Amino acid sequence: MATSADFETKDGANGAEIFLTGRLTLARLGDLPERLGKLGDISRIDLSGLDRIDTVGAWLVTRTARAHDAEVTGAGDDALRLLGALLKIDGDTKVKADRLPAWKRLLDEVGTASLSTWHEFLGIIGFFGELLIALVNQIRSRRRLRWNAIVTRFQTVGWDALPIIGLMSFLIGVVIAQQGAVQLRQFGLEMFTINLVGRASIRELGLLMTAIMVAGRSGSAFAAQIGTMKLTEEVDAMRTIGVSPMEAIVIPRVAASTITMPLLGFYASICAIIGGGVFCWVGLGIPPLTYVQRLRDIIPMTDVWIMLLKAPVFGILIGVTGCYEGMQVRQNAEQVGQRTTSAVVAAIFLVIVLDAMFAVFFSSIGWN
Amino acid sequence: MFSQTDEDAPVLHVEDYEFAIRIRGLVNRFGDTLVHDGLDLDVKRGEILGIVGGSGTGKSVMMRSIIGLQTPEAGEIEVFGSTLDTISDEREGRELRRRWGVMFQGGALFSTLTVAENIQVPIREYYPRMDNKFMDEIAAYKVAMVGLPADAAPKFPAELSGGMVKRAGLARALALDPALLFLDEPTAGLDPIGAAKFDRLIRELADTMRLTVFLITHDLDSLYATCDRVAVLAEKKVIAIGTIDELLATEHEWIQDYFNGPRGRAAANGNQTATPHGAKTV
Repeated sequence: MATSADFETKDGANGAEIFLTGRLTLARLGDLPERLGKLGDISRIDLSGLDRIDTVGAWLVTRTARAHDAEVTGAGDDALRLLGALLKIDGDTKVKADRLPAWKRLLDEVGTASLSTWHEFLGIIGFFGELLIALVNQIRSRRRLRWNAIVTRFQTVGWDALPIIGLMSFLIGVVIAQQGAVQLRQFGLEMFTINLVGRASIRELGLLMTAIMVAGRSGSAFAAQIGTMKLTEEVDAMRTIGVSPMEAIVIPRVAASTITMPLLGFYASICAIIGGGVFCWVGLGIPPLTYVQRLRDIIPMTDVWIMLLKAPVFGILIGVTGCYEGMQVRQNAEQVGQRTTSAVVAAIFLVIVLDAMFAVFFSSIGWN
Repeated sequence: MFSQTDEDAPVLHVEDYEFAIRIRGLVNRFGDTLVHDGLDLDVKRGEILGIVGGSGTGKSVMMRSIIGLQTPEAGEIEVFGSTLDTISDEREGRELRRRWGVMFQGGALFSTLTVAENIQVPIREYYPRMDNKFMDEIAAYKVAMVGLPADAAPKFPAELSGGMVKRAGLARALALDPALLFLDEPTAGLDPIGAAKFDRLIRELADTMRLTVFLITHDLDSLYATCDRVAVLAEKKVIAIGTIDELLATEHEWIQDYFNGPRGRAAANGNQTATPHGAKTV
């Protein structure tokens, strides 16, 4: 069994003399560095008692000798070679980047975060402009839109999302009807559950929930796909071949999400209304025919127009943020994750902010 | 105190073995493609063995088999007397892994860690209780040992040039002071000057740290500058092994083409002025 590194000390004229024994290797070092650090003056380090030494051991000897200006004796062939190699190294290699004091770091982080949010906002707007220019160029130079790519995206963004969005909207319709009925029953106005479900679904909730779902499903997918393509230099390769990444990657995705959103939003609203209708029928005893007739009376056509006007805007927003964040990926795999997260967060945040602005706008033009 | 627990660990006495690696009857197959068919190879302790062979002859697959990333269909691989598949207890496996370092072709540095942290990953894994300050010092001298500039340690892999990534990968492979070093095409993608420097570095480190080096390369200059012996992979086996002079004396067509082709001659001429193992004199 090999012995751990150890040492004995003997008092000499100018300080302690240290006799190292055992295997001075990484595996057998133990707490030797701390114990050596605690010693006072050292005048001589003797290595003749060592069984083995590796670069870590040699480094320990070198740094101890340097710190105390001690002399190293009794080194064998191996030790001499390693010490010789390490002596060439001066000790000013930095391991960590310089750190600022805490309060400065805090300011630094707040400032950096504010700036990067601002830049991101500008970046998304700039990216949208770039997209429009690319689209205009494509149309002016009479290059065909990439319908294949658009249709593929259309399938993943729209068609594949139908089951989940349908189910989600149906359940939301049920929940609104159920919660609304509980409150309205207190006034004996259970019939107004239909107003609540119908108008809320068409005007706001159907589309909003769809937008959130599409941002989570497809906005994230756009960011991750494009980010990975950036990492593997596919995007650069495309540029060198002369294919514009805007035309090949971004426009199809944004076009697909823009076209899909009104369709998905309408579909979601209908599903929510069906959900509410099922609850009204089963829970409140309102027959489906009455439900539908009442819906026709109370939902103004403007509600449908509001939804259909908002939907493509949300679609553009989700597509643009997803593609923009994907295009921002640089350097490493971790960034793909970060950018995907911020694509989803930014898309949902912007959708809700815009939705609020739309609500104020449409009310003020009298579309109540 | 972690030295106490470590004391009980099985100790691998590298010096007891004449051969660092012994391979007998290795068979590797991907689907219908037979990559190795009864391959034998001995790597002597303390030598730098170059592995050459055409593309697709399974050089990397052989390395992956030795380090346990690829389970061979048949055959026996011994590294310092232990066989990876027969190692029953995990500590024995760890003890063996501790004694080798692997440098992958692309560096395979962890992209979210700095160079210094990359070097410390194996040390933290095996010696978790080591003092942080001492660990930083270890990382610092390893960085200097592989010839990286002093400001490279706090940088992230993405901020390094290709040559620096290779050096950082080498530093991580050497983190635990291994006895056996695997290098997969270390000079691929480097400019000739950088490649020559890297060759010298490998030779120097191998001499200083008494390393056994398993070097896969396409670079003829590397072979002349660093290797003690060269093994030639072809026809699913090691068809020849020996010093370059010994290989030149064989009749095999591929070997003759390889060393006597235009590039082979140029590399040989470049090294005529040097000693047989050129870089030893540097």
